[in-house]
Amino acid sequence: MSQTADIAARFAAVAPPCDFWSLRVMGSRSEHLGVTRGVIDPVALSDDFGAMVTVHAGGGLGYAATSDVSASGLARAGRDALAWANRSAGRMVAPLPVRSGAPVHHDTEDTPRVAWTAVSRGDKIARLVQQAAQLKHRDTIADWSAELSFTDEESVQATSAGDFIRQRRGIVIPGLSASASDGSETQTRTLGRGGVIRQGGLDALEDLGFWTAAPRIADEALELLAAPDCPTGAMDLLLAPDQMYIQIHESIGHPLELDRILGDERNYAGTSFVTLDMFGSYQYGSSLLNVTFDPGVAGEAASYAFDDEGMPAEKQYLIRNGLLERPLGGAFSQTRAKASGVANARACSWNRPAIDRMANLNVEAGASSFDGLVAQVENGIVMETNVSWSIDDSRNKFQFGCERARLIKNGLIGAVVKNPNYRGISATFWRNLKGLGNAATVQVLGTPTCGKGEPNQAIRVGHASPPGLFADVQVFGGG
Amino acid sequence: MQEHFLAVADALQAQLKGDEGYLARFSGETSDFVRFNRSAVRQAGAVEQRYLTLELFRGKRHASQTLTLSGDGESDQAAARHAVTTLRDILADAAEDPHFLINTAPQSTTRTLPSAVARPEEGVDAVLAAGAGHDMVGFYAAGPMHHGFANSFGQRNWDTVQAFNVDLSFYLRADKAVKMTHAGTAWDAKAFAAKADGAKGRLAALARPAQTITPGGYRVYLAPAAVEEVMSMLSWGGFGLAGHRTATTPLIKMVEQGVTLNASVTLSENNRDGVAPGFQNEGFIKPDRVTLIEAGRYMDTLASPRSAAEFGAVQNGADAHESPMSLDLAPGTLPAADILETLGTGIYIGNLWYLNYSDRNACRLTGMTRFATFWVENGEIAAPLNVMRFDDTVYRLLGDNLVALTAERDLLLSTDTYEARSTRSMRMPGAIIDDFKMTL
Repeated sequence: MSQTADIAARFAAVAPPCDFWSLRVMGSRSEHLGVTRGVIDPVALSDDFGAMVTVHAGGGLGYAATSDVSASGLARAGRDALAWANRSAGRMVAPLPVRSGAPVHHDTEDTPRVAWTAVSRGDKIARLVQQAAQLKHRDTIADWSAELSFTDEESVQATSAGDFIRQRRGIVIPGLSASASDGSETQTRTLGRGGVIRQGGLDALEDLGFWTAAPRIADEALELLAAPDCPTGAMDLLLAPDQMYIQIHESIGHPLELDRILGDERNYAGTSFVTLDMFGSYQYGSSLLNVTFDPGVAGEAASYAFDDEGMPAEKQYLIRNGLLERPLGGAFSQTRAKASGVANARACSWNRPAIDRMANLNVEAGASSFDGLVAQVENGIVMETNVSWSIDDSRNKFQFGCERARLIKNGLIGAVVKNPNYRGISATFWRNLKGLGNAATVQVLGTPTCGKGEPNQAIRVGHASPPGLFADVQVFGGG
Repeated sequence: MQEHFLAVADALQAQLKGDEGYLARFSGETSDFVRFNRSAVRQAGAVEQRYLTLELFRGKRHASQTLTLSGDGESDQAAARHAVTTLRDILADAAEDPHFLINTAPQSTTRTLPSAVARPEEGVDAVLAAGAGHDMVGFYAAGPMHHGFANSFGQRNWDTVQAFNVDLSFYLRADKAVKMTHAGTAWDAKAFAAKADGAKGRLAALARPAQTITPGGYRVYLAPAAVEEVMSMLSWGGFGLAGHRTATTPLIKMVEQGVTLNASVTLSENNRDGVAPGFQNEGFIKPDRVTLIEAGRYMDTLASPRSAAEFGAVQNGADAHESPMSLDLAPGTLPAADILETLGTGIYIGNLWYLNYSDRNACRLTGMTRFATFWVENGEIAAPLNVMRFDDTVYRLLGDNLVALTAERDLLLSTDTYEARSTRSMRMPGAIIDDFKMTL
């Protein structure tokens, strides 16, 4: 995909007269392999390639995206972007940020330990067939699948200020699922159900336990089918990392997005209970809670050196010892809010403009072993693997469901229960955090489909977290 | 874009060898996208995109590749020819797929809906004028959407819809707002202004002090946009053949135990009156209507060709996701003018938000109220309501607790723009429901 660098030079020669322009070229090739209910899925490849031109002119901003990256196609996109900048001039929600500083030159390609292509397509499919067979080990398994997706992605940014930034990375998304059924009751276990995503290559699969998880997943689906329903009541709640990731995502990540706080998302993804005056003084959680924006975690889904508007990315504390410090906002949001932020202006593809996104949003490790967390619980429950998520448009009243839970009595884990759910309010939930796992318990997870923006964008985000223990949570089951 | 696609299809045909065949799907759009906040422009621009998905087959062996097309005939045909070579190499090692089913009897169609979309300046000016003096936030999308299909049997299908969709919220304070959508194929500035004036007129009711209710069962009215949210959740695996045959459907109790909904509930995939293309990805033509639930009883599922082959059923024009594109809930008999009086004392819910399953086997949903939601006393709007969470089963909501469906229905054109502008739509009445369980 070295043609992306050439395209930047091609546009520079035909760029329209304006105050500032930027070009973002994004290209990707994805491959999906899978086995569904014992039958090999047809191989599906997907190539995506295009460019977005953004123009500042007379205080207005316009963009134009095109898959025609010829000189004439880029010139037309430049003219279209300029026309939109002229139409929006004098009508923008806020003054545009002014590019300053020396030109940036950055050119990197991430190199995984084991490349996707290190194993042939046929051998990868053969291994998926083996996984699928292990998932279907009883007649009561009515639905099962094993799959792998890989994307080789490259982006180039160039600006009228002389910036040139090229980044290339691989993204791997594995999936395992088994549904056990008996009459009108079906229970499903998965490998992290949509919460498992990594940068890198096939080496990430070893770290995620992908090649060994199938028998356990099938056994646990059967176990759930015979399990009693989750009890109802207020109790201690221990969340595994594959539930913590979505709890962080929905009730910390989204409310801290600066564009939400500024109102951009009120018509679609929602607003936030967090207001600008809360930064620096608001106690978001207990003193155990430390939340970071960390684009430097190896293998995490949204690690990068620069965001999609060219801002250098570095680790920042958003919440330190429970105190709210910093929002998730890129350059334009920071200008509007007159607040500090992070490098998180991101676009899901060449045909969407950059907006404030989560990227890697992590809960830093605590001090307890997993057993140490369990030992703190007199009456409680441990829940794992998110299956249901819902939260109000201010990101306050939430309800989550998990695939599997186990009761905890007097510091010991007991019976498995099905259909576990809990609900609460973000503003108080994190203050009841009373334990976090140590570094050995942290899992690097995330989601490939965080939805937001108008036009809509589904983007990859990362969440690394240990298990977390919360006091006095309303827990209930199905029915 | 049609001529361009047909030329690519011809290039594909010429590239085939021996007993190879192909399917080609095209989707493209030229869209103006303008985002607003605080009655000003937040982001404005244009997107032109063209995607081709080529599926090469040889007997029961097949594989696919999606490409971004540039719009240049020569380079796009070259890219398509290269994709054939790539896929040919994959087929050399591919296993036979017992579930591969495609249409082999050509049925070519063309549909271009008449349209008159506003010039970009006109649409933006109208939205900003509507927002003047108010806190308006939202989105304007307009332009043509194209979908095409071709195969090596000579079938050619094309569909062009030139449409606009204005999706706005007028905010009074904090989370108190009125939402409006205005969509269609013929821009009418007066009709838009009237609709916006209507939305702004409802802000007065939001100015009253907000009321907070305690958890419990309430009589509610769900406006059509709120019913749409419930139906969107049911559409997530509820109506597909694969979900039913693998017992993963949330309607499993209707299938396995014969549980029924209220006799006034008749749901169908109404392809004839929707805006989605009339052909699907394997080249089958969609029937005018597939009845999914009739008078409260489970009737049929949406069956994709692949599922039909796997489960020994007959395909009925569904794509692989087996989710409705044009869902139609039959109207009831309650006149819109009688909604508040029939509701009596309870909650008028304009929109629901962020629904999900709290127990899929029980078809139990949770979600939030959002935007204009009011406490109603004795048939009169009394106060805006602070947001509440509900958690209840569809068997109760659309079963014994369903009091009435309205006689009037709204055609709700999807505002989704993930990857591309959606052609999904729903035709929904409002619903009055007893003992709707609020939990938080």
